[in-house]
Amino acid sequence: MSALETVDARGLLCPLPVIRTQDAIKRLAPGTVLEVLATDAGTLQDIPAWCRVHGHDLLRIEEYEETGEDAWGQIIRITIRVCA
Amino acid sequence: MLAAKVILDQGVAVEGVNFFTGFCVEGHTHAIREKHRVRPKRNNALWVAEQLGIKLHIIDVIDEYKDVLLNPKHGYGANLNPCLDCKVFMVGKAVELCAGSTTGLLDEHDFDFIITGEVVGQRPKSQRRETMPLIARESGADDRLLRPLCAKHLPETLPEREGWVDRSKLFDFHGRNRKPQIELAQKLGFSDWAQPAGGCCFLTDAKYSAKLSDLWRAHGTRDYELDDIMLLKVGRHLRPAAGWKLIIGREHGENRYLEGYRKQFVTLRPESHKGPVCLVDGIASATDLQLAARILARYSQGRDATEVTVSITQPGGACEKLTVVPLRAEEISRDWHVGA
Repeated sequence: MSALETVDARGLLCPLPVIRTQDAIKRLAPGTVLEVLATDAGTLQDIPAWCRVHGHDLLRIEEYEETGEDAWGQIIRITIRVCA
Repeated sequence: MLAAKVILDQGVAVEGVNFFTGFCVEGHTHAIREKHRVRPKRNNALWVAEQLGIKLHIIDVIDEYKDVLLNPKHGYGANLNPCLDCKVFMVGKAVELCAGSTTGLLDEHDFDFIITGEVVGQRPKSQRRETMPLIARESGADDRLLRPLCAKHLPETLPEREGWVDRSKLFDFHGRNRKPQIELAQKLGFSDWAQPAGGCCFLTDAKYSAKLSDLWRAHGTRDYELDDIMLLKVGRHLRPAAGWKLIIGREHGENRYLEGYRKQFVTLRPESHKGPVCLVDGIASATDLQLAARILARYSQGRDATEVTVSITQPGGACEKLTVVPLRAEEISRDWHVGA
């Protein structure tokens, strides 16, 4: 399954990744899959908590190392399905 | 948390609103500094919402908040904390949200009134008997603002008069003693609770306020961007001259965070020895950068070496290396430390 929408919250500290996710989901139709890219380890707690509170499906959490000139280093990718 | 629970228990639908001003302590400090990671990492507002089983809306008010901080009608507290204006602003935003006039987050619900956890006499500026009616009036909430924990010390509000809320089941807490709240929390089945008000805002912190004042002096104007106020939370700030300062990471988490700004600031890193990342904020000449490199060398593991090589990278990526003698401890003026 590929994500249809992406929120790039790399370099932002919580709660900004949550706010960006919240604002994106507000515009998306139920069933849309969204991926959030973040660097703040706080998102590992906060975005799942926000999804539980608002009833959205947390599909997957992955962590990987980004390399290269503009790399942010350790990246957190959280995949969410928007629910009604 | 308690105020919401008390109202929820009366059968009223409640949703939470949390405002992000940019000066919030929790989250950022925990996220940046690795030493804080031994503590459970959580957003307290989200945690409370989850405990209560209610929705929580986190609202970005960074831009709007500038006017609150820069032009507080009711002045500042002990530091740069405009607590009374802040409370008026936030309750006013909640009024707008109830009406669905700004974000549309709550408009499907058509909320009728606002509750806060304020207690008469609990805070020296914003929660005094004479300021609480002022908040209701100036925010535009008027009698739609209910403080369940101290309602019995205050005039009856709309939800009480209309019978939406039973006033007899509300409370008469007052003063700084939080024992009644703790007892109520235990009675309601809570064994953990979030940080009390005051400690959650950097503007109540003397050192942070000193850094913010220094920033305004250096910029020649009382203004700020989000990056400015975020960086004030990170690292040692040393200002050897009026036109520039250094932000030096204190540990790995801060260094990593500062690296994120390498495209916006001249960045110094020790190359011959281990040591912190350092940003140069302001306009620094070649002579200034020489001094900056010597200061950074002092904070590196080469502080006692005869020479330390430091890289100086421009935001565009151009990099040069300087080999310098680390400053001795006594050469780092006490006056350079901002907010120390």
